[in-house]
Amino acid sequence: MIKNDYMPFSSKILEVIQHTDIEYTFRMEYQGDVKPGQFFEVSIPKYGEAPISVSGVGKNHIDLTIRRVGKVTNEIFERYVGNSLLLRGPYGNGFNLSDYMGKDLIIMAGGTGLSPVRGVIDYFFHHPEQRGHMTLISGFKTPNDILFRNDLKQWSANMDVILTVDCAEDDTACHVGLVTQYIPQIKMGNVTNTVAIVVGPPAMMHFSVQGLLGIGLLEENIWISQERKMCCGLGKCGHCKVGDTYICLDGPVFNYTKGKFLVD
Amino acid sequence: MGFHVNNTVLNTIFKTWQTEYNIYAPRKYPGGGRFSDTDCIRYGKINTAEEIIFDKKSEYSFKEFLTPVSQTLFFFTEGETKEADTLQKKAIIFLRSCDLHALKRLDDMYLHNGPADYYYHRLRKSIKIVLMGCDHSFENCFCVSMGTNQSSNYDMSIDRQADGTYLIDCKDADWEEQFATTGCAQQKVTPAYVTKNSITVTVPENLTAEVANSSMWDDYDSRCINCGRCNFVCPTCTCFTMQDLFYSENGKAGERRRVWASCMVDGFTDVAGGGCYRQKNGQRMRFKVLHKVLDYKQRNGYHMCVGCGRCDDICPEYISFSNCVNRLQDAVMEVKQND
Repeated sequence: MIKNDYMPFSSKILEVIQHTDIEYTFRMEYQGDVKPGQFFEVSIPKYGEAPISVSGVGKNHIDLTIRRVGKVTNEIFERYVGNSLLLRGPYGNGFNLSDYMGKDLIIMAGGTGLSPVRGVIDYFFHHPEQRGHMTLISGFKTPNDILFRNDLKQWSANMDVILTVDCAEDDTACHVGLVTQYIPQIKMGNVTNTVAIVVGPPAMMHFSVQGLLGIGLLEENIWISQERKMCCGLGKCGHCKVGDTYICLDGPVFNYTKGKFLVD
Repeated sequence: MGFHVNNTVLNTIFKTWQTEYNIYAPRKYPGGGRFSDTDCIRYGKINTAEEIIFDKKSEYSFKEFLTPVSQTLFFFTEGETKEADTLQKKAIIFLRSCDLHALKRLDDMYLHNGPADYYYHRLRKSIKIVLMGCDHSFENCFCVSMGTNQSSNYDMSIDRQADGTYLIDCKDADWEEQFATTGCAQQKVTPAYVTKNSITVTVPENLTAEVANSSMWDDYDSRCINCGRCNFVCPTCTCFTMQDLFYSENGKAGERRRVWASCMVDGFTDVAGGGCYRQKNGQRMRFKVLHKVLDYKQRNGYHMCVGCGRCDDICPEYISFSNCVNRLQDAVMEVKQND
């Protein structure tokens, strides 16, 4: 018998962590294998479904960092601890931690792009012996948009964390400017043993990858993660198709040697 | 085994089928056409053989049986969800060779691209196929170019003769026995198929995604009005969007559906927060055309387009898909020269 993949299951909201006015992390009850970079279709009856990437993986929970920008996410914000959301998933390939082990690792994240890659950062923060030198460049629009403030502070204990905002009105503790401006500050070791992950809006990813290639990184050592509309997560609805690639099945994480051919 | 039957015999057999099956075939919807006082030929339930339209192409394809325009997946009532029931009767579908080839594409999309689709599978497993022979090509058809003019994977074939009788080729053992016991004439039957269309289409051998850089797509920016009709009549277009619906009489109960979606229509690629990936109609045209004759093949090994020509029949702007495909060779050259 074929499984009905469209039927969601109910998952309890264990904790809600507020980052900004419009961005919260929902800690959801979940048991099962999940990789950072994978996503769930999150739904509330009446309002529909939205694909949300996993921003953290625990023993009995997953974190979903959600920005209040759409019809579904608006409604999710009305739900708090004790209530539940409907989920189905996980979908997509996610990040393979083994791709980065034993290497110098650069992670560049734009805005909410930090969510899908947070699980990777957290893993290597807790297992510094499994990687070489690590740099995180994380950019946000304004200081008010910064996500995972506590994590960023904590991570800087054993990796270079460059936090930057596009613009700031007053004196701020973080850098100002686009993430690409800080590429020259990356402490580079052996370039062939350096790998990078870039996640963010399309323009940010494009220029960040160009910058990394500029400092000598090899295409095959760069990974990107793509965001698309996904109604099913199962390779059927067609919304996420780019060329011969279904982002939901073949991605959302792509090695740049493949990712560079994704032309919408 | 082949048979030559008259209308009465065929209708008697239809009657026996109808206890277990509904029969779907192209039929006439009087006054249902797109212009006043015109009819629409599309798929619907039929009772008798006379209702089946053989001499015209159906404007819409059979796909609405397997992938309904709007399909309820499950119902919500407060904390509960209940899966939607499937149809009670099995189905016999009459379709032409191009559409039978399209069925293979639907199968590959719904059963083999990612995990098998539960709702498609439960409808798919309950159908039998009757191939309608084509004794001539219709306007805009290019099945011969796409290699879809002939089919052999049917349960039965049917050709209506000029005198109103039918030539039948039966592969289903039960049906064969049924026809044999009526005492109708037995003869060897090969379903009619066309060997030539007035339109021929050539997909360039050296076609690659690079052709996206051609200026040819700009022509469609203003000519195309992104109405999406081409997608809706296409027997191989399968895209859908999820939709939640709540009943106005009882706000606590509702359903989740999937409804047809079109890559030509606004909103297809919109992500939360306002991102959108193909804004110009020309880019959408390029996305659709290359799916049909390039990237589907890269994934599945054969072209998606079956050459039924319905997209050309329906376009209110008289945009021709077949003509567009035939322009690709020049576009490939143009892109090469620009490099």
